[in-house]
Amino acid sequence: MDYVVLLKQVPDLAEELEIDPDGTGLDREWMSFVASEWDEYALEEALHLRDASGGTVTCLALGVEAGAVDELLATCLARGADRVVKVGSYEQNPDSHTAAAAYASALGAVAHDLVLTGVQAIDDLDGQVGPLVATLLGHPHVSVVTHIAVAAGGSSVTVHQEYAGGVVGEFEVDLPAVLGVQTSREAPRYAPVSRVRQLMKTATIESLEAGPPAIGSGLTIESMSVPESGTTAEMITGNPGAIAERIAAILAERGITGGAR
Amino acid sequence: MFGRDVTREIFEGISPQGELVFYVLSAIVSIVFIVGIGVRLRKYARGRSQDVIGSPLGFIRRVTRSSFDTALNRTVAKRDPYAGVFHAAVMWGFIVLFIGTAILTIESDIVRPLAPQFSFYWGTFYVIYSFVLDVLGLAMLVGIGALAIRRYRKPRQLDYGRVDIAPATTDRGGFRTGDWIFLGWLGLLGLSGFVLEGTRILAHDFPSFEIFSPVGWVVGAILGALGMHADAAEGIRYAMWWAHAGTALAFVAYFPFSKAIHTISDPVNLALRSPLAGRRLPVFDLAAVAPADGHVGIRDLADLTWKQLVDVDACTKCGRCHVACPAVASGAPLSPRDLILDIRQEADAAWGIAAPLGEHRSDRAYGTLPDPGGSRLAGGLISAETLWSCTMCLACVEACPVGIEHVPTIVGMRRSLVDQGEVSPSLQTAFASLAKQGNSFGQSGRARAKWTDGLATPIVDARKEDVDWLWFVGDFASFDVRVQESTRLVARLFQAAGMDFGILYEGERNAGNDVRRAGEEGLFEMLVEHNVGQLSKARFRRIVTTDPHTLNTLKFEYPDFGGEYEVWHYSQVLAALLASGDLVTRNRIDRKVTYHDPCYLARYSKVTAAPREVLAAIGANLVEMPRNGANTFCCGAGGGRIWQDDSGLIERPSEQRIREAVALPGISDFVTACPKDLTMYTAAVKATGHEQRLLVSDLAELVAAAIGMPLEEPPANEEVPLAELEATEVLPG
Amino acid sequence: MSGEILVVVEHRDGAILDTTHELLGRASALATQGGGEAVAVLLGSGVAGLASSLSASRVLVVDDPGLESFSPSAYQAALVPIIKERAPALVMVANSGPGMDVAAGLSAALSLPLAAYAVDVSLDGGAPLVTCQLYAGKIQAKVRFDGGRGIVTVVAGSFAPASGASPAVEQVALGASDARIRFTGLLKPEAGDVDITRESVLVSVGRGIGEQDNLELVEALATALGGAVSSSRPIADAGWLPRTRQVGKSGLKVKPKVYIALGISGAPEHLEGMRGAELIIAVNSDARAPIFSVAHYGAVADLLDVVPALTAKLGS
Repeated sequence: MDYVVLLKQVPDLAEELEIDPDGTGLDREWMSFVASEWDEYALEEALHLRDASGGTVTCLALGVEAGAVDELLATCLARGADRVVKVGSYEQNPDSHTAAAAYASALGAVAHDLVLTGVQAIDDLDGQVGPLVATLLGHPHVSVVTHIAVAAGGSSVTVHQEYAGGVVGEFEVDLPAVLGVQTSREAPRYAPVSRVRQLMKTATIESLEAGPPAIGSGLTIESMSVPESGTTAEMITGNPGAIAERIAAILAERGITGGAR
Repeated sequence: MFGRDVTREIFEGISPQGELVFYVLSAIVSIVFIVGIGVRLRKYARGRSQDVIGSPLGFIRRVTRSSFDTALNRTVAKRDPYAGVFHAAVMWGFIVLFIGTAILTIESDIVRPLAPQFSFYWGTFYVIYSFVLDVLGLAMLVGIGALAIRRYRKPRQLDYGRVDIAPATTDRGGFRTGDWIFLGWLGLLGLSGFVLEGTRILAHDFPSFEIFSPVGWVVGAILGALGMHADAAEGIRYAMWWAHAGTALAFVAYFPFSKAIHTISDPVNLALRSPLAGRRLPVFDLAAVAPADGHVGIRDLADLTWKQLVDVDACTKCGRCHVACPAVASGAPLSPRDLILDIRQEADAAWGIAAPLGEHRSDRAYGTLPDPGGSRLAGGLISAETLWSCTMCLACVEACPVGIEHVPTIVGMRRSLVDQGEVSPSLQTAFASLAKQGNSFGQSGRARAKWTDGLATPIVDARKEDVDWLWFVGDFASFDVRVQESTRLVARLFQAAGMDFGILYEGERNAGNDVRRAGEEGLFEMLVEHNVGQLSKARFRRIVTTDPHTLNTLKFEYPDFGGEYEVWHYSQVLAALLASGDLVTRNRIDRKVTYHDPCYLARYSKVTAAPREVLAAIGANLVEMPRNGANTFCCGAGGGRIWQDDSGLIERPSEQRIREAVALPGISDFVTACPKDLTMYTAAVKATGHEQRLLVSDLAELVAAAIGMPLEEPPANEEVPLAELEATEVLPG
Repeated sequence: MSGEILVVVEHRDGAILDTTHELLGRASALATQGGGEAVAVLLGSGVAGLASSLSASRVLVVDDPGLESFSPSAYQAALVPIIKERAPALVMVANSGPGMDVAAGLSAALSLPLAAYAVDVSLDGGAPLVTCQLYAGKIQAKVRFDGGRGIVTVVAGSFAPASGASPAVEQVALGASDARIRFTGLLKPEAGDVDITRESVLVSVGRGIGEQDNLELVEALATALGGAVSSSRPIADAGWLPRTRQVGKSGLKVKPKVYIALGISGAPEHLEGMRGAELIIAVNSDARAPIFSVAHYGAVADLLDVVPALTAKLGS
């Protein structure tokens, strides 16, 4: 069973995001990058499935200069991936359609039964990569997956797609297939820094071309803005006691008081 | 004065066959003894290497000091004079009786057969010998009695209760039996000796010189008064001779397999203890260690060093670490004592060390062991929850009378947990933030110096200008909202005192002390490399830090990574500024305050005087908590605990500490000198409902009040009274 | 290009989902403005009866046994020819699990651009102008489709629901199925002790709670207010509260009289579940938290400080 995980890096939200002078993009001066949270869940699931019933885990990540893709891939190895591949070469994070085309092209050269990726990323303005890749490859796909079990024989998987209110739909999907992972059964395993640093020096990171230039997202960003936080909210200031007092007063105005049942 | 007749027969009444039996038995027990010691040495030989010597001169100095500690029982007497005095009585009684027996052996087996003209066991020597042995033998018996009473009363440290596994799966009967056998055996040795002596004196009808065996004399006199005749006494004496000899010989055989071994292992362990234990953790040498599968840290038994194996053998189960430990006190599943004993039992089981009468594997049914040396420690025998419970407060190491170094062993196992990926989500989040942003607050590294916003006088950027003092601010002081207030005060105090200081601004990152103690050595190295790089770009004479954790790693650990600095804690700087008159007390803090010693200040860096000098200088009336100075009680935040969930604890250590403080009458302020303490105790007074009763303050806040500095910084454009203060009084030229 | 606005209908268990009504609300308005029609596409088996409740000018019903339940590829197979044929100006899909599958799949299959996480769609110069949320709601982007046409996935709660219209219903015969994905059932969580959708006061906690033990404080506040405790996703993921207490996209949608958000940063997925509350009070230690953009009252503070104080105030 060959598992392939598609990963990307996204801006670290610990840094305050600022808009560039054009007003159509982010100011990249202070931007730092972290692995997309949902992609990490996808990797964890792949590692878990492989550890349980055998196979290989290959990680594909886009070769983006601005980020730290080598570190990302070394982290994948430290967590237990068998093989890591850098796809294409980009100055900045490309849009989802470009990324999907690159992944799809790379997957032509990488054996895969089950392709896992994060259900979404915080920057996928033009859609989620999973269904885009699947459609380009002609594979079936399911997004918002919270549970994966490989059927005996390995020709299909049973997955849960999450809906609102804790309801899930259960599907059987023939392989090869693409899944957009919402969460992993366990928190992603930790990759010790010393291992990652060691691997960055010693590991082999393969490279694959991205294939023909992609069409792009087909979107034009007219403007970007930071929504003014608290524009609608009346902000209560003061020490915790004062805040509590004000909240109690607001609640009392609405007829909600202590002990009211 | 005393003639040749002033002596006693050594093998009195023992036939040549009897003597032969005695010597054969002696030979047998000696072989058992030597084999027993050999098996232990073989165990240590299986350990990894560890340099315990360092510089030869320092080593000699340490060994000398340890020898005095041992001789005077200083470490036993610390905080427990009762145990100290009586243990010393037993120890010296035993040593002197042992030497006495050795002297007798020399006289009987060497001097008399080979050079009878040099025989010395008579006359003055005999009476002095008798007197000394009698007195110390009595001292030993008194000591044993006193210690038996103590043990019988079961003080908390001796109750052997486990905190990590259910009582039903625990049986510590073996431990108790072993303790009593050891103590009882010593008692029997002494008692049988005195009865032997008494019956001898009675049988010989009280020769006058035997008054120098006063205890034997009294025993004889009592037996006589009870109606025992000389003939009967001789019969009993003969029996007692064999009883005493038998007890002694059996003790020799029992020695290496029992608690008795501590009489050898403990002086050795004390002599080998490192003054930097826990303070300077061993550097990861990936190239040197590298087992076949590349694992790091202490994962298996085979990963322990020989010193760590001696450590676990040194434990006498005295329980001082157990009662000092904040994890035990708060109901976390860790007891330093049990951790050490578990390793000992596992090592003994794996490497075939028998303990026929004692404690061997007595308290827990282990599964079948894999090959010797393969037993999994980190995450196996010692569970991950147990290892993550440690706050690295060093109380166990400080309390241990025999120099056991629990903390580096725990960190070694945590390194393995990290290596195995056994890291809780909250700790992972902290690590990730530390790796990316250099702080554990999940905030941008660029925001590190935000706390300086609004200071009337900006702080020098030490990367750009030379300074005398480089202030390494630390994470909590920089990012925690509550602590920022006191950080700003520290800045203004330094300014008011005219100190030439600067900070690294966003060049600073977490110093890594707690990262290292959480077992993430790679991340620690990354942080150190960054900070050393930044510090090397700045020009300064010495470092001051508000954070005792930072103080420890900068002072003790950075030198291993090429960063040698003179590092001060701000309490020391404040004490100096108050002493020199650079800061002048105008409003004496005329309140009763108590001071909480931060673990990393009092225990790690041994700074306990400076903050008290500060409190005295500002006129605060210090009332000490029962646990103070190096005996302080941890707030529970250290060693990476602050990044982990405290749910499930019975009572947080910080809350217990607040209860300890409010029990003092009339205390208004709970003063501390550590940013983490400030956060922990601010939360703890709220949680315990003592907010109104007790004000948690940083030392700097009291100093600021005392020198008349307004708590709130006046707006930058207004007249700053402090500047006035500086110009007129505080800064004389 | 027609001025048509196409809405993909989402239904489950024989009922149209609220989000579809919301999409139709905006679709109708845009269609009116652009001189086109709002057309709903209803896919399923035996679902024709649902068509009349859709407030669109026209409902296209594809009734096929192969569409008995949702399947990403079957939906895609059915929708591709319809969109190709009708060439609508805009295809609107809910930003739900199935919506993500369908919209991104269609985008790739039809080479139509897709704007995801939309919170607003308008017509500007005759072409759609879409406002999207990015970076967990910290950034908004206004985008246009290069060819003037495209697909949007819309965050729930962005538009007022439509009601009332009686649509023309049109059957479309299409064989659409994909045997590679087989629906095997709908799994529902066990009923919880509390139905948070029926509570008038909810005290909701997020990551800022820090530790499980701190939930006691929040429970105490909820009790003092006569309400119940709900949570954001991380709390349910950690198992600290049952799934049935989770508010948001993958949890429940709630509309209480008062919603007190404690330590919840306010990811779009959470906001869509609670923005309909009558009064929202947020306490968070991060002044930049997006929760403050939907709250009526906000305080930047540590919830562990405020909550006990508030509970005490209410008790006195």
